Amino acid sequence: MSEPQPIDAADLEVHPEKLKVTDQLAIEIVGMNKWYGQFHVLRDIDLTVYKGERIVVCGPSGSGKSTLIRCINRLEEHQKGKIVVDGVELTSDLKNIDKVRSEVGMVFQHFNLFPHLTILENCTLAPIWVRKTPKKEAEEVAMHFLRKVKIPEQAAKYPGQLSGGQQQRVAIARSLCMKPKIMLFDEPTSALDPEMIKEVLDTMIQLAEEGMTMICVTHEMGFAQAVANRVIFMDQGQIVEQNAPKEFFNNPQSERTKLFLSQILGH
Amino acid sequence: MADLTFVRTQMLPPQEAPGAAVGAVRWMRENLFDSWLNSVLTLVSGFAVVWIVVHIYPWFAQSVWNASSLQECRAIIQERFGEGAHGACFAVLRERWQQYLFGFYPADLYWRPTLAFFLMLAALAPVLFSGLPRRMLWFSAAYPGLAYWLLWGGSIFTPIAIYAGFVVAVLAHRAVAGRWGGLAAMIVAVAALLIWWFYLAGPVARTLAAPGFFSLRPVQSNQFGGFTLSLVIGVTGIAFSLPLGILLALGRRSDMFFVKTICVGFIEFIRGVPLITLLLVASFLLNIFLPPGTNFDIILRVIIMVTLFASAYMAETIRGGLAALPRGQYEAADALGLDYWKSMRLIIMPQALKISIPGIVNNFIGLFKDTTLVAIIALLDPLGLTTAIRADSNWNGIIWELYGFVALIFFLFCYSMSQYSQYLERKLATDHR
Repeated sequence: MSEPQPIDAADLEVHPEKLKVTDQLAIEIVGMNKWYGQFHVLRDIDLTVYKGERIVVCGPSGSGKSTLIRCINRLEEHQKGKIVVDGVELTSDLKNIDKVRSEVGMVFQHFNLFPHLTILENCTLAPIWVRKTPKKEAEEVAMHFLRKVKIPEQAAKYPGQLSGGQQQRVAIARSLCMKPKIMLFDEPTSALDPEMIKEVLDTMIQLAEEGMTMICVTHEMGFAQAVANRVIFMDQGQIVEQNAPKEFFNNPQSERTKLFLSQILGH
Repeated sequence: MADLTFVRTQMLPPQEAPGAAVGAVRWMRENLFDSWLNSVLTLVSGFAVVWIVVHIYPWFAQSVWNASSLQECRAIIQERFGEGAHGACFAVLRERWQQYLFGFYPADLYWRPTLAFFLMLAALAPVLFSGLPRRMLWFSAAYPGLAYWLLWGGSIFTPIAIYAGFVVAVLAHRAVAGRWGGLAAMIVAVAALLIWWFYLAGPVARTLAAPGFFSLRPVQSNQFGGFTLSLVIGVTGIAFSLPLGILLALGRRSDMFFVKTICVGFIEFIRGVPLITLLLVASFLLNIFLPPGTNFDIILRVIIMVTLFASAYMAETIRGGLAALPRGQYEAADALGLDYWKSMRLIIMPQALKISIPGIVNNFIGLFKDTTLVAIIALLDPLGLTTAIRADSNWNGIIWELYGFVALIFFLFCYSMSQYSQYLERKLATDHR
């Protein structure tokens, strides 16, 4: 049996003319540090994200890339520095945290759908209980996004009855139902079979073409080349290199990046 | 090389399966006689079953339902079935069954606990079966007050005054919530509730009750007994121990140091003490600590102790369910912007409780059977009554009939709970594993 082939940038159908970056601030991270006990996971992170950007974060495991994006919606707490998301600074103020979380969608590696609720209920829960949307309206919005991710016919089923790729697309639809301004993707395709990766990436491309601000931790370098406007390489809790994808892949500056790219792209 | 080609010229019609491969014969072959050891075990077990039935059957067949004492029973059995015949003396049940159901409740008022029991079934129905109209839950909410009024009698304004406490709490919450925020409103609401209950509810109820409308003849707690008492303690304990257990389980997993410490301390203390000790405290010691002259009802004290005891176990059962949930469920709920209570109520608890159903029902059944321990503090539960009946010179020496009857009734209740829990597990199985 041959190794599963990584998805090449050429396999993905992207309309580059639709990908636009604005000059409005979406996220501002200044001098952010985080420790797990004595372990310094994130060191002096500075990152400014503009609306419409598609940023791919890559790096070896344990480099802090997941922790970084989990700090943006406060699933992880930072101990030093400043994170401002859409004009709201993340502090221990619970009101601010809930406000940021309802504006920032997140897609997880293991989907994390709610197994006791149907697909439709998964999608309508947060709009109904957080946004106070009337149930009927929430259901219409949910069906709209389920059609968008191409699984409206599964609405009445439970997550356990769907394939991995379908579940991940539901997870994306669930986030979109909150009409978020920013989407975070934490290795969205790492738990999927190769033939399902593409259907999820296609959904993400569609999202990017609609102008969504996206930060994506992924090893899909094809996706990074085709969609990202910026690639960030992290190692040992630090941003080692960031550049436009073309420069990043063709002309990496740091030795650490070169080594990582040679390992991940192989051959 | 051999010829490997083959062409079928005639299709085969389906045939009957051989007798040994279907139905009862096949089942027996597979389950009872699939090896010589199992065949031997089957025969031995079959013999044991037959032997037991043969020996027990006459005890039922030669039973007596009409007699006024054990001696009379025995005389009738000897007369009918000959010297040395043994049989059950169910006459004692015929004479005392009302006592088993109602204790020393006044006989002309038996309709009140009976009505309360059937109304309880109606109140439980919408809680147990989600298919029923949700509006019926209003009756379920009103039922505790109604049952209190029916069982203990007195004025209906007593339970109404207690219910009014919740209205007072809600009003207090509303008055404060706008100005000082959620936490302050919560504290004020609880304070208002307690002030109302301890200082105002009594006078208000007495004033309203004075004209004597809607009053039933009062029945004292020491007249309660039998299965009425078991059900009052058991059902109330079950109803309150689950929510209390949920709060304790959440508290034990809380990040807030004081909440966590209090919950852990409570759970470990209550779990570490025998229930009998708590009941004795409820019965004897509590009066010492209460202001002189307060009459704190003994059944209420027992219910509180049983509830606290069961809730500590419940908390640990539910904590097991909480721990079994993947972290991702908490994170997904957080990431969608649900606050703590909403994520607990909508995401975490429905799943954690589902996982914990067998353990929760285990606790319920244990609690219900533990109600018999109140016999220790001289309350006449079914076992206490049995002792009393056996002390009667007419029925001295009777054992099997009485304890068998009590066991049978308890079994019916506990088995129904077990069956319901299995129905619920099947209904909630949505994970399609």
